[in-house]
Amino acid sequence: MHVQDFIQLTVNAVRSQRMRSFLTALGIAVGIGSVVLLTSLGEGLHRFMLAEFTQFGTNLIGINPGKVTTHGVSGALISNVRPLSIEDAQALKRIPQVVDVVSVVQGNAAVEAGKRQRRTTIYGIDPAAPEVFKLQVASGRFLPDDPPRAARSFAVLGSKVREELFGSGQALGERIRIGSERFRVIGSMESKGQLLGFDLDDTVWIPTAKALAMFNRESLMEIDVLYEEGSSADEVASQIRKILIARHGSEDFTITTQEKMLEVLGKILNILTLAVGGLGGISLLVGGVGILTIMTIAVNERTNEIGLLRALGSEKNQILGLFLGEAIVLASIGGLAGLLLGVGGAWLLGFLVPALPTHTSWTYLLAAEMLAAAVGLLAGVLPARRAAALNPVDALRSE
Amino acid sequence: MIRLQQIQRVFQVGEEEVHALRNVDFSADKGEYIAIMGPSGSGKSTLLNIIGLLDRPDGGTYELDSIMTTTLNDREQAHVRRHKIGFVFQFFHLVPRLTAEQNVELPLVLAGVDKDERHLRVRETLGAFGIGDRARHRPDQLSGGQRQRVAIARATIMKPSVILADEPTGNLDRASGNDVVHILEELNRQAITLIMVTHDPELGERAKRRIKMVDGGIEEDTGS
Repeated sequence: MHVQDFIQLTVNAVRSQRMRSFLTALGIAVGIGSVVLLTSLGEGLHRFMLAEFTQFGTNLIGINPGKVTTHGVSGALISNVRPLSIEDAQALKRIPQVVDVVSVVQGNAAVEAGKRQRRTTIYGIDPAAPEVFKLQVASGRFLPDDPPRAARSFAVLGSKVREELFGSGQALGERIRIGSERFRVIGSMESKGQLLGFDLDDTVWIPTAKALAMFNRESLMEIDVLYEEGSSADEVASQIRKILIARHGSEDFTITTQEKMLEVLGKILNILTLAVGGLGGISLLVGGVGILTIMTIAVNERTNEIGLLRALGSEKNQILGLFLGEAIVLASIGGLAGLLLGVGGAWLLGFLVPALPTHTSWTYLLAAEMLAAAVGLLAGVLPARRAAALNPVDALRSE
Repeated sequence: MIRLQQIQRVFQVGEEEVHALRNVDFSADKGEYIAIMGPSGSGKSTLLNIIGLLDRPDGGTYELDSIMTTTLNDREQAHVRRHKIGFVFQFFHLVPRLTAEQNVELPLVLAGVDKDERHLRVRETLGAFGIGDRARHRPDQLSGGQRQRVAIARATIMKPSVILADEPTGNLDRASGNDVVHILEELNRQAITLIMVTHDPELGERAKRRIKMVDGGIEEDTGS
């Protein structure tokens, strides 16, 4: 049998029962549509999250005090964790591939300017922060390159704090009080927006040493290292480890490369996409059962025709192929309709709720259509095998 | 040429074994016109199905045009059936969703004959059976007689050496029935072997050779 004749016969059979075929294909269409829509949402979320996390740059390595391990003895009887110091941060600058190092201390404090007061996030930070975190200064300048332990009392305001405290007035050169100490405003930052609900504009930036004193801390919360584009994160990390172990005596810190973090995040988000896709897959399964049902009915109804085809000299495999083909055609038509449904739905959703990120990738679309055909194939196997196995004499006799 | 030797067919009905055919010997030369008659359950349809390779005997041998069919596998039997045997049924067995033309074309499609040749042969055959103007009608738009003509056209399109007809007039009025019989006899005159199962004694009388079956065996054979 020629391929086009085969296709014509199967399409003809599908078309002869328009309503029934339409409803069966609709089941698959809903399944594929939801798979496409949900994976579009998942993929959109994936990209959105990655963009959020890479807005600070990707060539970053973070160092936090303490090592994440599990010991046999409950509770830390003897804490031998040394604090991360400003001097540790300075030492890391000597690694050749390192462009800059920023030590970070964070806390909350009331900021007072004239009669206005606001409680906000205070960052103790190094002068290199704008370069390392890709922050933009809006007016004035960022913290000057003072000796770390003897930094002057200067402060730089986040855009929101500046607006809340000074409104449309001049902020540069004004004096503010943070906690119990006085600072002079020397600059304000461009708006950076939010990261996972955390407002980066509602912040005040002051020198690290001042923040350590203000929050009465011994240790930095984090050291961030910016390394040269193109050098290996693992290599830089191992040099950092070597230097810090030499200074601390043991590995009492944790190094996190942005690369690793993004990798882990990517994995989590992929699983999320897969999971929501799986939810859509359930409706696809239901659609598959629909095809199974209709094909079973079709084989029963056309038992006579099967007998006839055998009498006309068709082989068992041809009968098997015809019914399998019919199931696949049904599923593929449904799949195509489902693609339109899903892509249209994703587009509509993006149009109606712009905040909801959606992204439809071609590979997913292709995979979804293949999946539809595969569902058709699977659902068609049982009925088609039954059709092929029919005894021609009995099949011809059935009415 | 058809040669059946010691053909047996046993059906299992519940606990009981029913011998549909008991050691039947039967042979027919090319171009014979044979009527198989007998009461219901005498095994005449079973015999026809075995000759048509739709059913396999439980014992004995069957040779068709010097092919030993009893040793062929399913696929090879399908091939023989396709090229050597044409069926005409009491209930026509046309595919309802296909036009007359497409129904007649079906064996050619299954055999993988090219489109151009198919159309030529279908046109020719439909014309020869006087239903050329009905080519694009579906079975439900045709009369009983026309349907059986389409079915006969389908049975002959592969130029078989044998036509097997199971009560071909059983579902037709007298006029259409006669019509159909004349067509079959005309085919027989073109040297196609015609084997017909019938209840109708009048129809049986027309055949040159009559076989009467009783209880799974041949009781009477007028010979050729």
